[in-house]
Formats: sequence, C-alpha cells, structure tokens
Amino acid sequence: MTDDVAPPDLDESGPLEALIDNIHPPNWRNPVPRSPYHLVVIGAGPAGVTAAREAAELGARVALIESAQIGGVRLNAGCVSSKAVIRSARFYAEMRAAEDCGWQSVGNADAHFPAMMARMQRIRARLSRIASAQRLREAGVDVYFGAARFRGGDLVAVADATLQFGKAIIATGTRPLIPAIPGLAAAGYLTNETVFALRECPRRLLVLGGGPLGCEMAQAYCRIGAQVFIVQEEPMFLPREERDAAQILSDALAKDGVAIHPNTNAVAVRTDGDSKIVDLQCDGDRFSVTVDAILVGVGRAPNIENLRLDTVMVDATADVGITVDDLLRTSNPHIYAAGDVCMADKYTHAAEASARIAVANALFLGRQRVSALAIPCCTYTDPEIAHVGLYLRDMWDRSIPVKTFTVLMHDVDRAVTDGEDEGFVKIHVREGTDRILGASVVASRAGEMINELSLAISAGVGLRQLARVIHTYPTQAQAIKMAADAYNRTRLTPRRKAVIASWLDR
Amino acid sequence: MTILVAAETEQDLLDRFQRAAFGYFLEYVNPDNGLVADTSRAGSPASIAVVGFALSCYPVGVERGWMTRAEATRLTLAALDFFCASVQSAQPDATGYKGFYYHFLDMTTGRRSRRSELSLIDTTFLLAGVLTASVYYDRDSPCEGRIREQADRMVRRVDWRWGCNGAATARQGWKPKSGFLHYGWEGYSEASLLYALGLGSPTHPLADDSFAAWTATYQWESIYDINLLYAGPLFIHQFSHAWIDFEGIQDCFMRAKGSDYFENSRRATYVQQEYARRNPYGFKAYGADCWGFTANDGPGPLTMRVDGRKRRIFGYVARGVPYGPDDGTIGPAAALASLPFAPEISLSALRHFCRHFPDMIENSRLPSGFNPTLARAGASGWVAAGQFGLDQGIIVLMIENYRTRMIWTLMRRCPDLRRGLLRAGFTGGWLS
Repeated sequence: MTDDVAPPDLDESGPLEALIDNIHPPNWRNPVPRSPYHLVVIGAGPAGVTAAREAAELGARVALIESAQIGGVRLNAGCVSSKAVIRSARFYAEMRAAEDCGWQSVGNADAHFPAMMARMQRIRARLSRIASAQRLREAGVDVYFGAARFRGGDLVAVADATLQFGKAIIATGTRPLIPAIPGLAAAGYLTNETVFALRECPRRLLVLGGGPLGCEMAQAYCRIGAQVFIVQEEPMFLPREERDAAQILSDALAKDGVAIHPNTNAVAVRTDGDSKIVDLQCDGDRFSVTVDAILVGVGRAPNIENLRLDTVMVDATADVGITVDDLLRTSNPHIYAAGDVCMADKYTHAAEASARIAVANALFLGRQRVSALAIPCCTYTDPEIAHVGLYLRDMWDRSIPVKTFTVLMHDVDRAVTDGEDEGFVKIHVREGTDRILGASVVASRAGEMINELSLAISAGVGLRQLARVIHTYPTQAQAIKMAADAYNRTRLTPRRKAVIASWLDR
Repeated sequence: MTILVAAETEQDLLDRFQRAAFGYFLEYVNPDNGLVADTSRAGSPASIAVVGFALSCYPVGVERGWMTRAEATRLTLAALDFFCASVQSAQPDATGYKGFYYHFLDMTTGRRSRRSELSLIDTTFLLAGVLTASVYYDRDSPCEGRIREQADRMVRRVDWRWGCNGAATARQGWKPKSGFLHYGWEGYSEASLLYALGLGSPTHPLADDSFAAWTATYQWESIYDINLLYAGPLFIHQFSHAWIDFEGIQDCFMRAKGSDYFENSRRATYVQQEYARRNPYGFKAYGADCWGFTANDGPGPLTMRVDGRKRRIFGYVARGVPYGPDDGTIGPAAALASLPFAPEISLSALRHFCRHFPDMIENSRLPSGFNPTLARAGASGWVAAGQFGLDQGIIVLMIENYRTRMIWTLMRRCPDLRRGLLRAGFTGGWLS
C-alpha cells in the first residue's frame, strides 16, 4: 500500500488534463498493426521514445508500446518533477539566506506547497507536449497503449493486437525497489512515483536511502519546511562518488537542517494514528523516529516480470535487469534493450544515448558500443554533485596511473561573488599525460559545468588544449580552465626552466 | 611570555613543550593498571590509543631523564599485565575480544566504557606502544624480560583476519550486539600502521592483498600546485608516522609517484599552511603561522555569522582542508606534530601560538583546539577545556623524532613492523 496521494485523473486542474492528453489520451485508439514492423519498441520512456523517433525518422516501420504513460520516469516520476520542486526549494532557501547577500529582510518566505506543486504540474504538461502520443503518431510511430507480452518467435502482443517484428527493443525501465521492512507496506510509503502527487507537505518526512533521489528530496522538502530525517545504510551518501563530494553534501544537508543517520537501517515500521513510527538501528543502538510520511529511495527494480521473456529466450535477472552485451544485444539476436532496464547508469540522457546505439545496431548492422560513451551524471542537490568518465576505483581496477588536478570553488572569483564557493573541480588524467579520464564537479551548477568535461572526454581534448580555451571571466566554469592551467604548470620541469633561463640570458 | 619566547632557543622551546606534554601521562595514568585517561577532564575513561602513546613516551622520558627506567618499567608492566590478564570475550563488558580492545575502558576496572566499539585502529596504536616497549626494554632483567613476554602474548593473540570479516580490507570495529561496523579502512587515512602491523602479525596476519585493497581509493592530487596523496585532516599524515620512519621507503603507489609518505606529510603540512593563508571563509587569525586543521575538539554545535555569512561551528570533528569542514577552529598540536616533516613552518607556528595566543597554553601544554573567531576574553577566543592524551602523545613522539629520531630508530628494530612493511610492498631506504 502506498500513501494517499492524488492520482492524476482525480485532479481537476487544467495543466494536468493537458498532461494526460499528451501522455495517455483517454480516448486513444490503438492503430491497426502494419506488421511486420521493422522495429517494435516496448516502453515509452526516454529510451523507448528516442528509439522509436530515431527509427521512424530513418524510414523504419515502428511500433511503440506503452503500458502506462509516455515519458517514463523522466517526465512522470523523476527528473522533471523533482527539478521543478528543487527549483522552488532552492528559491526559498535563497530567500531565507538573503542576509548573506546584503538584504536586511525579505519579509515572510513561507513556502506555499499547493502553488509549488501546481507549478510543477504546469511544467510537466508543457514538457510533455514534445513527446505526446499525437506527436509520435505524426512522426510515423504507431503508438499502442497496453501491456506488452512476447509470444515467442517474432511476435509481441498488446491489448487485442499481435505485432510481428524484425527487431525489438525492450525499454521498459525500472520501478522503485521497496525494501522488505516489517510494517512498511501496511504503514504506507511514498516513492518517486507518488511523492510528486502529494497535496500537502508532510510535516515530518523520513527518507530511506542516501542515493541521488533520497538526497535531492531530503534537502528539497527540508527547505520547503518539512522536518526531514534521512537514513542511509552506508557511511556516506552517494557511495559511487568521491568521498569529499559526499562529505560536502552531508555538510550541506546538515546545514539545511536535515537530520542525518548514516550507517543506519530501518528495521520496522508501526503506525500510531496518522503517524508512522520507524525503528532504526545503528551499530547496535536502536531508536525510533515518528514521522508523517516515508519516502523510499533505496534503488530500482527492472520492469521485466510481465514481458514473458522466456518465450523469446531473453536472459534477465530480477536485480540487474535484462542481460545485454556491449552492443546492447540480448541473448536473442533479434531483440535489443536500452535504458534503465539493462544499464547500470540509470539516467535519462544515458537512456537516450543507449537507445540511439540500440537502433543503429539493431537496424543498420551498427557496431556502436555502450562502453565508448562518456555518460555524465548529476545529483541535483545544493551544491550539485556531477561526474563524468571513470571513477578512481575504475582506474585502479584497470591499473591506470592517475593524477588529479583540483581547484577549489573558493578560489574561483565568480563562485565567491555568488556566495557559492563550496565545492571543487577535480579532473583525473592519466599520469604523465594530459588525457582526461574522468572528472568530478561539486558546485552550485555542477550539472552545467560537467558538460564541458564530457565534451573534452568525448572529443579527446586534453588539459593542455583545454588550457588554451578562453573562458568568460568571471564564470564558475573558469574552475575548469584553472585546473588545466595547473596541469600546464607541471610541464615546467626544472630542465625546461633551465633551458628557458639560458635562452633569456643568451 | 613574549620576551621569553623571543629569547628561547629552539631546543629550549621544544624541550619545554615536550616535557609538558610528557607530564600528561604521569599525571593521568592509573599506576595500578597502566591505563591513561583519554582527556584531562573529570570522569574521562581510558583510551587504549592513549595508552599506546604512553608506552611509547616512557622510553623518551627515560632517555631525557624525566623518569627513571625503573618507573617506566613499572608503568609499562602494569599496563601489559593488565591487558594480558583482562577479559577477552564477546561479553558486552569485557575489555577486548579476539586480541583487540575496546576504544574506551573504565580507568579503574578496565572494562568497556561508553558502549564503545572494539576498535582496530585504536588497538593498533596500543600495539605500537607495546612493540616500542618490547624493543626498548632489552635488558636481561626479570621485569624487562616480562615486558617482552607479555608484549609477545598481546601481539600474537590479535586475530587480524577475523577483523576483516571476510572483506578485503580491515573493518573499522565491532560491537557485541550488532557485530562488525559495516565500513572498512579504505582510502588514505591514519591506518598505514594498522596494515603494517596486521600484515606483520606472526599468527593471524591480514591477507596479502589487503594493503592493495586499502590503497585502491588513494587520490594523488594537485592542490594549490602541490602534488600529494590527499587526506584532509593533518593527524592522518602524522599518527602512523610517529612510529614508522617513512623517509626513503616506498610502496607500489609511492614508487610510481616518485615520492614517499614522509615527503607526502611535508606537502600535506604545506597545503594546510597555504589554505590558512587563503582563508577562504574569513576566520580570524588564520595565516602563514596560524594553521592546524585536524580531528579535534570545537566549540559547537552552534551556528553563527562569520564574514557576513551563516556558518556551522562544530564540536569534536575531523576538520580538514581544503574541503573542510572548517569552522575557524585550529588544532595547535597538529601544527607542532608536523615538526619532523616541515620544521621551518611548524616551529614558526609554535612561536606564533606562544606570542599571540598565550592564554590558550596551560603550563606549556597545548589544548585540543582554539577558535579566535568566537569572541571571548582572551585573544584565543574559545579554547578547548583541558588537554587530550592523543595530542600530548603525538607532541612527545614527533618532537623526539625531530630531535633524535628515537622512536623511528627503535621501531626499525621491530621485526613485526619490518615484516609487515615488506609484505605491504615497501622497499628501499632502511628496509634494504
């Protein structure tokens, strides 16, 4: 059982109706199949929509099957909704910190939760237009609503139709993983699929999980006014990221007032009237917190159960999802997968990139590899935590000698003038070269800054060349140039200095 | 005081602070069981790490004439006899388990205190003291012979493999009710000594690949144009180094970087100084001679405006640079403990502390922390109450290493340490 939230079809607001019209029109009629399709795409999230559009643009006969709503996690349960809420929360936080920028007072800065959520719905409606069912149809994609089930061979059934395919791409995405905590289901909980449909801001919120979703929502709801507890099994947030990044994030959450409980497990949930009592355990110490809502963000589970993958001999596991090779081929050579359902990097942009690879490899004998992608990622807390390329542990595993050039944001003029001087830029290069292998950015707009480093990695631009790129002054991205300059200074070895000195004294 | 500091020679200044720090151990030891209080504050439990420092400081005291060899032998034997006879079991009020000991013990009974964890790192520092004693007390007398026997017993019963709980790296601790703390010693930290002693164990050594697993998350960084193996708090660059002479010996990582851990600590000290010069958050008193960011006591938790911005001020926390946390609190002992690595700036910092913050120095003993940004009566602002045993211990040992290299020289003769370093892949220098 999940918490009582407003289902989309009960909300009478205009934007929501427009949204529904775009992502799952109530009166939609599935088309008459044009079988055999060159490509059948199952799942209309970012990967599925991208694959269907790309293939259709290239002239393929394409069917796109969606069991719920077009847009997937990006539009309906994650990225867009959370960023809209985060924007509101950051704005409130900035108003409360107005004194830092020389304001004596900005009056009352009380969050108005319904207005904030209405804003978020308007934004969702607006962004849903571009990938609406109608637009996809106009782009030449046959859009089917209904649950897809393979029927062996080259057949897949949806609603009362059976589609024949030359190639298929599975892009059914993931859903929230719900931990087996006694009492949690009975007490009710929120997930990324329901937290954005809340009518009221919970007075006390417990967030389970210190991954990107958990950290983003813990900070945002705390800033909006909830008393927030975040419980994390690991010692640090964002276990994949640099420990300094995780430490800065932890400090930032604590500064906002989030009660942080690392190394802690939720072991039981009870209810007392409308309250939920969560029993927590940390290194043998047991204690409880009483909250009004619990947000679960401990991981994702692949949506594969109802596809009948066994009929088409596609291998998959319940935890990792569909098994694919570097070309995104499943164990069935006619069926590919893309996006969250098969990838460790579960991001919208990664899903879209993988969809393009799957289309090229499935339809056009492509040999494009997922491992060749430099996939950036960002956790949209304040400050943001972004990364691209290899992590230090990856480099160690591959015995790659690495050196890191670090610039602190408190040494970057624009970060100081903006009062956003927490964080750093770290660029990892292969020792003895200027080749960028990976980079981490912790900054107010790290998600924007990381793109320059993604470009550099993708285009093979090294630090030496990056140092020659003139950056606008003053900008926070200048930190990247400063790191490149630091690299350049290491090239001035004592021997080169001696040569230069002798030249000057000639 | 100003005149005194200006006139004082380097040797006199160091002697004064070293002796004062040494005095802590005689003042706060329980002579019946050799346990030493974690801090000078009333009701403080014993810290096993502080006992390890004490056992290493006594030989310094003997050599400097601050105590007799007989007194040192008696206190050392009291501690070793206590630990050897103490209860080793999984019971929650035991003294230790599997050869390891609880972080904090009751000063009188020696039983587990404050529901503390069975601590691998604090046991390591205790063992470092035990091994120092076993090497130093080399005379053919019943007492010194017994010290060596008891030390051997303690070292042999530590089950380092159990301490990994099946993982590649050593776990940080264990508790009777909940079992192992579910995080390990990974990434550069004060645990070099843990791996050296764990790998050198004659009975239950760590696995061959544990050191490599520990170094897997090392970060070789260029910060302020200084290349170093990064760790934020200064004590990380000092604690293992109090016993291990890292100068000239290299593991696989340092060989590849053309550096060593001694040089690395020197660079880390300079990063601290450079950070203080930049003073990004505008805290009071920071500068070329006023730095020292480490794990230490602080005035928090509280929030206050500094340089026009709201800042969190912490209590006891591992402060570090350049990523923080930094709340204006300085650890003067850490600045002094870098003496062997960067004597020019460490001494300068000590003289600066004496000149400008005499009110935080109590009978030539440095406090755990002071924070000039918090306005109080004196120039030092907030000053941590009393003294901490770890601070006094590291001061004694590092001043001694700077003056005579005594602890380093002693520990070079410790076969367990030598074996552990070789197994970790260290070569060169005095290991050749």
